[in-house]
Amino acid sequence: MSQQAINAGSRPAMSLRTRLKLHDVDGVTLLVLPAVLFVIALFIYPFIYGFVLSFQPKVGDFLANYRKFFSDPFLYETIGNTFSLAIPATLINVLISIPIALRVRRMHHRRLLTTILVIPITLGTVLIAEGLLIYLGPQGWFNRTLVMFGLEKVRLVHNYTGVMLSLILSGFPFAFLLTLSYVTGIDPSLEQAASTLGAKARARFRLILLPLLAQGLAINICLSFVQTFSVFPSAVLLGAPAGATRVISIAAYQAAYEQYDNSMASAIAMIMGFCQLAVVILILSGRSFFYRGSAGGGKG
Amino acid sequence: MSIAARDFRELRLDAMCRNFGSLNALKGVTLNVRRGEFIALLGPSGCGKSTALNCLAGLLTLSDGSIWLDNTRIDELRPEERGFGMVFQNYALFPHMTVRKNIGFGLAMQNRPKAEIERKVDEALSIVRLKDQGDKLPGQLSGGQQQRVAIARAIVIEPPLVLMDEPLSNLDAKLRLEMRAEIRRIHELIGSATIYVTHDQEEALSLADRIVVMRSGEVRQVGTPEELFARPAHADVAEFMGYRNQIRTRVSGAVSAMTVSIGGVSMPATPVEAMRDGTAIAAIRPSDLQAAADGAISVTVDSAQYHGQEFYCSGRAADGTELYFISKQRMTKGDTAKLSAAPNRVLVYAGGH
Repeated sequence: MSQQAINAGSRPAMSLRTRLKLHDVDGVTLLVLPAVLFVIALFIYPFIYGFVLSFQPKVGDFLANYRKFFSDPFLYETIGNTFSLAIPATLINVLISIPIALRVRRMHHRRLLTTILVIPITLGTVLIAEGLLIYLGPQGWFNRTLVMFGLEKVRLVHNYTGVMLSLILSGFPFAFLLTLSYVTGIDPSLEQAASTLGAKARARFRLILLPLLAQGLAINICLSFVQTFSVFPSAVLLGAPAGATRVISIAAYQAAYEQYDNSMASAIAMIMGFCQLAVVILILSGRSFFYRGSAGGGKG
Repeated sequence: MSIAARDFRELRLDAMCRNFGSLNALKGVTLNVRRGEFIALLGPSGCGKSTALNCLAGLLTLSDGSIWLDNTRIDELRPEERGFGMVFQNYALFPHMTVRKNIGFGLAMQNRPKAEIERKVDEALSIVRLKDQGDKLPGQLSGGQQQRVAIARAIVIEPPLVLMDEPLSNLDAKLRLEMRAEIRRIHELIGSATIYVTHDQEEALSLADRIVVMRSGEVRQVGTPEELFARPAHADVAEFMGYRNQIRTRVSGAVSAMTVSIGGVSMPATPVEAMRDGTAIAAIRPSDLQAAADGAISVTVDSAQYHGQEFYCSGRAADGTELYFISKQRMTKGDTAKLSAAPNRVLVYAGGH
């Protein structure tokens, strides 16, 4: 018998509770169960259901839905339409949020400003779309003002511009709040140190702030992109749902509720999910090129 | 040795003021610093010493007054135009850059040639004794090593002035002693002027050529460590220099033969400030108040801490005055001790502050 076995035998057995505690498992850990059930019931199950359903078309073999989607320009062009809205809107929202967040972080009444910015998020896209329709429409005050000054009316709704404006209005506060939290996480003494070492504002931004922000900006871009990619209400209300802003969610909606083809709708939803996943993976894999530790300057 | 401070004769702070809203954090600080000098700004937290340092670095603008480096006015320059080296309390190392990149940052900002940067970074690494750590990220270093990198980064640009903001306060006691010696060694090696902010009187005494004691935004006393230690100019400076016994008392007698009443006992003492009336503060270091067989002040011991060589004790005199003193013999609570102090170690200040 080895020495180790003798030692193990002579030691009083650890209770299950102690052993679980060693792995940070205790009663509170059970609170994660409702969340797990929730995710399974409302996300994983419907996803698998839809995935299987998409391979059970009304007519044709199991790939018929996908073949149909990629052979019909009216369907496959929705991918391009969606990307051409989602990518610029995401980049505009995230890029504009950086300088504003850098300025706001030094303000005293930051809470007031963030509260004001949260309002568009709580209003929801439909209300924003309605508001834009009224303000920017042919008879809205914007065009009336233009006419008053003897200028041509501009068409800002029921086209690409309308949807883009609404995506910026509803997406910017979200992107901004996220950027602000990342920016305030950077120790201000790092920039001070850089400036005492002779770095001018531009160099401080490029060499200190940007590398430390890169990680957060990547996540911000992912979340903003996913949000804008699934644009539906504003694309219908403010856009040209049969033309330039016929986004992929409209195609899915029409398949499900106009043609009552749940299998086709599921296939479109799967394609949509795949597109989002591809972009997110692309961005997050680029993340590994950047520094990903804490943004503090040392101890303290 | 090619890392050497840029030459200058004198740095002059002229009535430097800084307000934060209605709070006057600096109320006219005036000070001359010569090349090669090591100055400690000493004071309790909130006394304005860090504000003064940030004003020197250019991280805070002055509300009034000016700063001169020889004949150039520099208080309106931005921090990046001043070229001073600064060591931050939390080190402020760039977490995404290697140690070498951190140290070379200032040189890269001056667009120095790559070969020169490499050479100077090597030299700075060897000055702070971190030759093998150059390719690590700051997060992989210990606190003491990070501190050395921060110092190397500040001195490699060969600044005329190195500013240090409580650089040792995040280190453990042993490392603090080691780094104290390092900082003094590096200071002498590169020959810059160093301005060092601290709230630790021991640190200031052991490092500085001159100590500037600050309190509520004002300079209270400037002097060599010996001057400050032996004869603080004010009661609050004395308190900060370890004169822990500050006894409100009445004085009597002429300046040449002054006596004060301590614990109900009349004792000869040395006046430091002019007295306006009969009330005064007598300041005595615990180490100057010794328990001895022939001591005049009788106290009942409240507590005694063993410190290796001696016991640090506190006790109460018959009239209730609390006194801190040193005893060579073991004392326990309830013992009676007899204390005495040399007349030239009982300093008397104007009272009522």
